[in-house]
Amino acid sequence: MGVALTRSAQWTAAGYGTRTLEITPLNEVILKEIMMFVESFIYKHPQEAKYVFVEPLEWKTNLDPSAFESGYIVSETTVKSEEVDKDGQPLLFLSVPHIKIRSLGQLSRLLLIAKDRKLKEAQACIEANRDPVTKILGLDYNTVKEDTSTVNILDKITKDEDPESEIKMKVGMLLKQLDLHLLNHSLKHISLQICLNPTTVKNDIELLKHFSGKGEQTVLESIDYTSDYEFSNGCRAPPWRQIHGEICYVLVKPHDVETLCVTCSAEGVFLNGGKTEDEGEINYERKSEIYKDLVTFLKEKSAKFSENMSKQDIRFTEEWKKENEEPKEIPKKEEADALPKAFLASSKNILEKNQINFGKTQMTKRLEPSLNWKATVDFKEHKSLLRDTQEEKHGGRLERAGPPVSPGRAQLVRKSAEKIEEILSDSSSENEEDEEPPDHRQEANADLPSEYWQIQKLVKYLKGGNQTATVIALCSMKDFNLAQETCQLAIRDVGGLEVLINLLDTDEVKCKIGSLKILKEISHNPQIRRNIVDLGGLPIMVNILDSPHKSLKCLAAETIANVAKFRRARRAVRHHGGITKLVALLDCAQSSAEPAQSSLYDARDVEVARCGALALWSCSKSYANKEAIRKAGGIPLLAHLLKTSHENMLIPVVGTLQECASEENYRAAIKAERIIENLVKNLNSENEQLQEHCAMAIYQCAEDKETRDLVRLHGGLKPLASLLNNTDNKERLAAVTGAIWKCSISKENVTKFREYKAIETLVGLLTDQPEEVLVNVVGALGECCQEYENRVLVRKCGGIQPLVNLLVGINQTLLVNVTKAVGACAVEPESMMIIDRLDGVRLLWSLLKNPHPDVKASAAWALCPCIQNAKDAGEMVRCFVGGLELIVNLLKSDNKEVLASVCAAITNIAKDQENLAVITDHGVVPLLSKLANTNNDKLRRHLAEAISRCCMWGRNRVAFGEYKAVAPLVRYLKSNDANVHRATAQALYQLSEDADNCITMHENGAVKLLLGMVGSPDQDLQEAAAGCISNIRRLALATEKARYT
Amino acid sequence: MSRKKLQKLTDTLTKNCKNFNKFEVKCLIDLFYNLVGEVTERQGTTIGLDRNAFRNILHMTFGMTDDMIMDRVFRGFDEDNDGYVNVSEWIYGLSVFLRGTLEEKMKYCFGVFDLNGDGFISKEEMFHMLKNSLLKQPSEEDPDEGIKDLVEITLKKMDHDHDGKLSFTDYEQAVREETLLLEAFGPCLPDPKSQMEFEAQVFKDPNEFNDI
Repeated sequence: MGVALTRSAQWTAAGYGTRTLEITPLNEVILKEIMMFVESFIYKHPQEAKYVFVEPLEWKTNLDPSAFESGYIVSETTVKSEEVDKDGQPLLFLSVPHIKIRSLGQLSRLLLIAKDRKLKEAQACIEANRDPVTKILGLDYNTVKEDTSTVNILDKITKDEDPESEIKMKVGMLLKQLDLHLLNHSLKHISLQICLNPTTVKNDIELLKHFSGKGEQTVLESIDYTSDYEFSNGCRAPPWRQIHGEICYVLVKPHDVETLCVTCSAEGVFLNGGKTEDEGEINYERKSEIYKDLVTFLKEKSAKFSENMSKQDIRFTEEWKKENEEPKEIPKKEEADALPKAFLASSKNILEKNQINFGKTQMTKRLEPSLNWKATVDFKEHKSLLRDTQEEKHGGRLERAGPPVSPGRAQLVRKSAEKIEEILSDSSSENEEDEEPPDHRQEANADLPSEYWQIQKLVKYLKGGNQTATVIALCSMKDFNLAQETCQLAIRDVGGLEVLINLLDTDEVKCKIGSLKILKEISHNPQIRRNIVDLGGLPIMVNILDSPHKSLKCLAAETIANVAKFRRARRAVRHHGGITKLVALLDCAQSSAEPAQSSLYDARDVEVARCGALALWSCSKSYANKEAIRKAGGIPLLAHLLKTSHENMLIPVVGTLQECASEENYRAAIKAERIIENLVKNLNSENEQLQEHCAMAIYQCAEDKETRDLVRLHGGLKPLASLLNNTDNKERLAAVTGAIWKCSISKENVTKFREYKAIETLVGLLTDQPEEVLVNVVGALGECCQEYENRVLVRKCGGIQPLVNLLVGINQTLLVNVTKAVGACAVEPESMMIIDRLDGVRLLWSLLKNPHPDVKASAAWALCPCIQNAKDAGEMVRCFVGGLELIVNLLKSDNKEVLASVCAAITNIAKDQENLAVITDHGVVPLLSKLANTNNDKLRRHLAEAISRCCMWGRNRVAFGEYKAVAPLVRYLKSNDANVHRATAQALYQLSEDADNCITMHENGAVKLLLGMVGSPDQDLQEAAAGCISNIRRLALATEKARYT
Repeated sequence: MSRKKLQKLTDTLTKNCKNFNKFEVKCLIDLFYNLVGEVTERQGTTIGLDRNAFRNILHMTFGMTDDMIMDRVFRGFDEDNDGYVNVSEWIYGLSVFLRGTLEEKMKYCFGVFDLNGDGFISKEEMFHMLKNSLLKQPSEEDPDEGIKDLVEITLKKMDHDHDGKLSFTDYEQAVREETLLLEAFGPCLPDPKSQMEFEAQVFKDPNEFNDI
C-alpha cells in the first residue's frame, strides 16, 4: 500500500510531521479498502496474521481500555494482548493514549473492537505511520520492492528458505496486492473526476472567444493563448511542461477583474503565477485551487462572467448543439452530453455532485421498513429497478440508452422512477442523477403531436415578445393540458423552461405570475424538476418568496413544493436560505397588519401560509432541512397553524410534522408545543389523508412515554381504535396500526384499547393485509400480550394460528415483531400448547438461522418462554436435529443482544440434564467463558445465569475455572444492576463448589463484595452470596486444618 | 385659489370618491395644482392638464412607454373630451387607476383598448395595439405574421361568443378566469412598483412635508 498511499492519497499541505489526511472521497475510499483488507485478514490468512512486524505500528488511539474484552489483559490505563511473540512481548500494547501493534492479526482485531470508530483509528494509524510497509517488512524489503519486481523478492526469500521468511514473503505479496488494488481503485476514482483533454479545452476556448469582445453583453473582454504554436497532440504547453499534464496557457480578461493567466492541464484549470514582464516566460506555479473546467474557473473568478454567462445560456447551449453536430465522431456523444451540462452547472453544482459521491458510502444507511412503509409496497419492483440503474452505471453511460419502445412503456418507467424518487427520498444518493428515463429530445419530427408545434410557437413569442405578448403567450400556454406529459416535455424540448425561469428574474410581476403558474403545473414531472434545478431555477424562486406580492409568494412556494421532491433540490433550497423564508411564510396568518397596497393579484394570508407549509412538507424529507426548519423557528408556527380548521392547510402542516417527528428534538418540541392535542383532534376529521398523517405523526412521536400518555389524556385512543374498522385505505390503516403499536407500549393505553375492543380487531387484521400493516398489527399485539388478559383474549379470538403462520415470512421487521408476539403468547401454558401443536417452536428455532441479528435475538428471546412452558420441553428441544449445536454456535456472534438472548435460551435449555450434556459436548463452556469480559449488564445477567445453570453438569465447574471465567464474574459484582448481582452470586455459588475457583474468587476480592450482598433485601441474592462465602470459608478452614495436622 | 375654496373642493371630491380619504384627496389636489402651474390658473377658463403634460406624467411617473396606450389613457381620464384633465377628472381617474376594484379597472381598461369606442375590440384594433409587441425577425417573409398569430391566439382565448371581436362580456369573462388578461393589449395601469413609489411620495405625512 506504500505506493498508493504516497501517490494517490490526498495529504493536506500543512508541512511535514503533522500532515493529516484530508477528508476527501478518494481518501475515504482508500481507507475503507485498507480497513476491509485488514479486517478480513485474520480470517483469510490466519497463518500470516501471526507474522510479527519488524517495527510496531504506533499511534495515538481514542479507544478506551475497557473496550477490549477477551484475549486481552485489561487494567485501568493499559491493555496487553494475550498473544505474544517469541520473546514473550505482547503483540498489542496500549498505554493510553499510545498504542503499539505488531501483527496484522491484532490490527484486524483492533478494528473489530473499534467498531464505528474504526475509520478514525485507521486514519490515525496511517497518519502516524507514513510508510507502514517498511515498518511491517523492514527497510530492505521496501527498497527492493521499489525498484525491482516481485520476482526478485521471491528469489531473495527462497534463498533464505526458513519458514518465517516464507510467511514474511506471503505478507509482502499480500500487501503488494492490496497496493495494486488501491491504485486501481483510486485510478477509477480519479478518472471519474477528470475529463479534460486538449480537444475539450480547445473547444471551450474557441467557444468563449466567440462570445468575447467589447461591450456589456459579452462574457469576457478577451481570451487568448499565450503561444500560437500548437503541437501535433493538440497541446500548446512546452514539452517539458506537458509531462506534468499541462495542455496550454490562456490569458483571460474578464470585464470586472484584471487579466488572469490560466493553466489548463489534464487535472483541471487553475491560476498560475502569470507572465513575467521582461522575458515573457510563464511562472508555472499553481496559485489557485484546481477547477473542473475553464467555465467553472471563470465563474468563480468573475461575477460579471457568470452573470453574462447565465444570460447567454440559451444561445450558448444552442451554439453548442450546433457545434457538436458538426463533427462526425459519434462515439464522443458522451462527452457532448456532459459538456453543455458542465457549462451550465455552476461550480456549486459540481461541488454538490462531489458531495453526492461522498455520500455514496452511506447509501445503505437506513431502511426502516415500518417507517418507510411506502417502500415496502413495491419493494420488489423497486429493488429490481435499483439494480437496473446500478448495472447501468457499471456498464457506463454509453450503453444505457435503451430506446423508449412505446410512449406507454416510457410512461410506465417514468412512473416507477417517480415512485422510487419518493421512496428513496433520503437514502437515495447519486443514482438519482442517473435514473432519468432516456430523453427523447431530438426525435423524428414526424410523430410529434400538434401541441408540440403550438407550444414551440408560444415559446417563440415568449422569447421575442414584450411584456404584453409574453402575458398573452403565457396565458395561452396555460390552456394546454399541462398535466399531460407530452406538453410538459414539449415545453422543455423547445427551450421553454429556460425562458420561463428567465422570466422569474425580471421585474414584471405579471410575467412572473404567468411563468410560475406554468412551472407549478409542469413541475409535477420528475424530469422537469431536475431540469428546473439544473437551470438554477430554485434560487430565483427562493428569492421570490421575499416578494411583497402574496400570490407570487404562493406560486413560488407551491412550485418549490413540487420541485423539492428530490435530494439535490432540497439541498439547493436550503443552501439559498429558502427554509427560513418558507418558515417566514407560515407567519403570515398571524400578522394582521395588511400592507397598504393590496393589488388585484393578491391572495389571502392563509393561502400564503398553506403554500409555505406545502413547500416545507416537501423539503422536510431531508434531515438537514428538518434541522433548518427547527432552527428557523418553524415548530411554534406549525403548532399555531395546526389550530386552524382548514383541511387543505392541515394536511401539509401535519405532513411536515410527521416527516420531522423522526428526529428526537422535534419530538421534544412537539411535546412542548402541545401539538399532540391537535393531532388527536384531527384524527376525528373526515379527511382520510389528514387522518393518515395525524396517525403517522402520532406513530413517530409515541416512542416517548409522555407522548403516549398525552395521546391517551386527549382521548386519542378511541378514534384510533375506531379507525381500525375501516380497512379499505391501506395507507391510512398502516399509519393507524403504527400509532396503536407505539401507543400500546404503555400499559394504561393497552387497558384502554382492550376497553375499545381494539385487540379483537387487531387479531382480525392478521390475515390478508399488506406487510406494512402486518408489521404494525403484530407489533401492537406483541405489546398487548405482555398482559395476561390480552393473551387470553388473543387466544380466544384465534390469534395464535395466524401469528405462527407469519413466522415463515421474510420481512425482517415483521419477523422481529412476530417472534416477540409469539414469545409473549407462549408465556401462557394453554397458548403454548397451541403454538406447540402448530409447530411454532420449530419455526422459531429455524429463525435462529436468519441472517439479521435482530431477528435472531428476537427469536431466541421468544424461545425462552416456549421452553419454560412447553410440556416435556427437554424432549421437544432434543428432537430438533442440529438445533442445540446451532444455538451454541450463536455464542460466537458479536451482537450483544443476540448473545444475551442466546444465553437466556441456554439457561432454559440447560434445565434439562440430557440437553445440558449435549450442549456441553458442543463446547458451551469455553464459549460462555469467552464472553465473560463484557461491560453490558444485560449480557452479564443472562451470561451469569447460563453459567450457573451449566455448572450442573460433569466437570463444567472446573472447566469454567480453567477457561478463566471466574475472575471477570467477580467483577460483575461491582455493577449497578441488582439483577446482575443476583445472577452473578448464584453463578459464583455454583462455581465455588470447586476449590480452585474459590481461590480465584478470593484472590479477586470476591469475599468483601459478597459480604455486602448478604445484607441485600433480595432473598435469592442473600442466599447465593452466603452460600458462596461459606464454600470459600470451608476451603480455608480445610487448608488450615491440613496444614496443622 | 383661496383656502376656503380649496377646502370646499376637497370636501366635495372626497364625497364623490370612495377610494381615497380626505387627506389623500387633498394631497392629490395639491399635486394637481403643482403640476398645472401658475400660468394656467390665471387664464381661468380651462384649468387642467393637456394631453402632453398628462402623457409626460404617465411616462415619467408610471413608466409607460406606448404612445397609443398613453393617448388612450388620457382619453380615459378626460371624460368630457375637452382635451384637458381637470381636477375632478384627475381625482376620479386616479381613484380607478390606483385603487380601483377589479370591476372598475375592467371597465377602464376595456375603454382604453376599445380604440374607436364602438363597444368592441376588433381584430384590427388588437393588431394595432399589438403590432410592436414582438421582436421583428428579419428572416420571416411576412413580418406581421407573428402579430396576426398573436391576435388569433388572443381571440381564441378571450372571444367566447366566437364573433371575431371582443365584447365587454367576452373581456370580462376572460379576465375573471385569468386576471393576468386585464391588461391584455398593453400596460394601461401603473405597475405595482411605480404605484408604490408614487403613493409614497404624494401621500407623505404632512409633518414630514416640512422637512423638504
